[in-house]
Amino acid sequence: MFRNQYDSDVTVWSPQGRLHQVEYAMEAVKLGSATVSLKNATHAVLIALKRASSELAAYQKKIIPIDNHVGVTISGLTADARILSRYMRQECLNYKYSLDTLMPVSRLISYLGNKMQVCTQRYDRRPYGVGLLVAGYDEQGPHIYQTCPSANYFDCKAMAIGARSQSARTYLEKHLSEFPEASVEETVKHGLRALRDTLANEVELTTKNVSIGLVGKGQQFKILDENETAAYLAMIAGEERRSGYTGPEVPPPSRDEAGDQDPSRDPLPSVAMETE
Amino acid sequence: MFSTYDTFSAPSFWQNGPSPGVIYNFPGSQTGNSHLFQHSQAPVTTATSIVAITFNKGVLIAGDMLGSYGSLARFRNCPRIMKVNDNVILGAGGDYADFQYVKDFIDQKVIDEQCLDDGFIMKPKSLYCWLTRIMYNRRSKFDPFWNNFVVGGLQDGEPFLGTIDKLGTSYEDKTICTGYGAYMATPLLRDAMDKNPNPTEQEARDLVNRCMEVLYYRDARSFPKYQLAVITADGVSIEGPLEVKQNWNLAHMIH
Repeated sequence: MFRNQYDSDVTVWSPQGRLHQVEYAMEAVKLGSATVSLKNATHAVLIALKRASSELAAYQKKIIPIDNHVGVTISGLTADARILSRYMRQECLNYKYSLDTLMPVSRLISYLGNKMQVCTQRYDRRPYGVGLLVAGYDEQGPHIYQTCPSANYFDCKAMAIGARSQSARTYLEKHLSEFPEASVEETVKHGLRALRDTLANEVELTTKNVSIGLVGKGQQFKILDENETAAYLAMIAGEERRSGYTGPEVPPPSRDEAGDQDPSRDPLPSVAMETE
Repeated sequence: MFSTYDTFSAPSFWQNGPSPGVIYNFPGSQTGNSHLFQHSQAPVTTATSIVAITFNKGVLIAGDMLGSYGSLARFRNCPRIMKVNDNVILGAGGDYADFQYVKDFIDQKVIDEQCLDDGFIMKPKSLYCWLTRIMYNRRSKFDPFWNNFVVGGLQDGEPFLGTIDKLGTSYEDKTICTGYGAYMATPLLRDAMDKNPNPTEQEARDLVNRCMEVLYYRDARSFPKYQLAVITADGVSIEGPLEVKQNWNLAHMIH
């Protein structure tokens, strides 16, 4: 039934000090297809790998515009992402309506973080099962934020989330020092290479399954169309693929390894009286 | 009151329901006749004109320090020019109590922003827009704040000057006067700006001081003691109380 006795509710602590339901929600992010985000000195770029649910279905949208200066890409439950992006759009519009300026990205993210946190502390809620990469541009330059179902958010130089995204993160870490000086074109190419590293050997990046979003200095957030995407894909087409992904991925540690199953390691909760 | 969304308090459990950590008022319980409401019909303690002008490197806003009770010169030390932050200054005419009420909200807004400490600071256009929303919202409840506000400051290095009245009507201009000054001082300032569209700070000061003098002679609700706020890239200074030079030698000739 339950994997262990402490995951029946989001508000239940395990004796190890963990919230298992929240951690399960974190796993939902890894089920979505991979998405990459990185920035140079002036621009932030979102690159997403789109999936089609069947041969007959269109590719599912992965990049959602929020405002003229912000866009997000999602991994996890699409339905939850739509709730969150609707909220972010609303906040951006309210800010623009009352103050006649674009909302600073950091403020938007802290609002979002507060909203998401509520779901991790109330028994009648569940955490949002989606991770976001938020790219935005404001007075302080380009920004990339990662948000999690645990309501943590991180200000990143570059980040990748979603299925097999570890390979992309490895690529990004390796080339991190090149990003600040990179041109926009090079930045997009880096993003595409990082995303390509997450693919299984028989899969290729195509204009159908890749989505590119861009925002920066003098550039409102836009999602590139197929022609523009094709141009970028052509630039990295000839290069040899790094064997980023080799063999089956090591599955994430299951909850059974959380330590709670081993009675010998369980601290004994002090119970005032037997309740039987 | 103005922000419906408070990020720091927990949301209620359900629509109109209790929230954690907040005293709950049961619906339907009537304490007193709270549903009756007296809309403000007229201002009480009032302040008169504001005179404002942009110059090549900043903005000047001046206003006297009189709080009139009808035609009675009741309070003679009412500052109504305020520094909002390093970017923005504000002048207010009309009901003095309403100004103090709005001022508290603006001060709180500035403090909230300082608490965020995220490196963003409110710009004059933002305050101008925000005040427009506030004023229009109140007039739509048939309970306006009885004020004219003048917002000045540096918008990305450029001088900005805008005004909002009690109906939420707003406009930007290089010279702005409210109240009686709209009739008496605006022509003087516009004329001067036509001849010299980009005055220096000293020229602007002379012009504003001249306007305060004319207004003192002509406006029966004015006062010789006034304040002058200057904002430039170097910062904000609020000078005063300054004094209008008075000369009544001509008075006996006027009948």
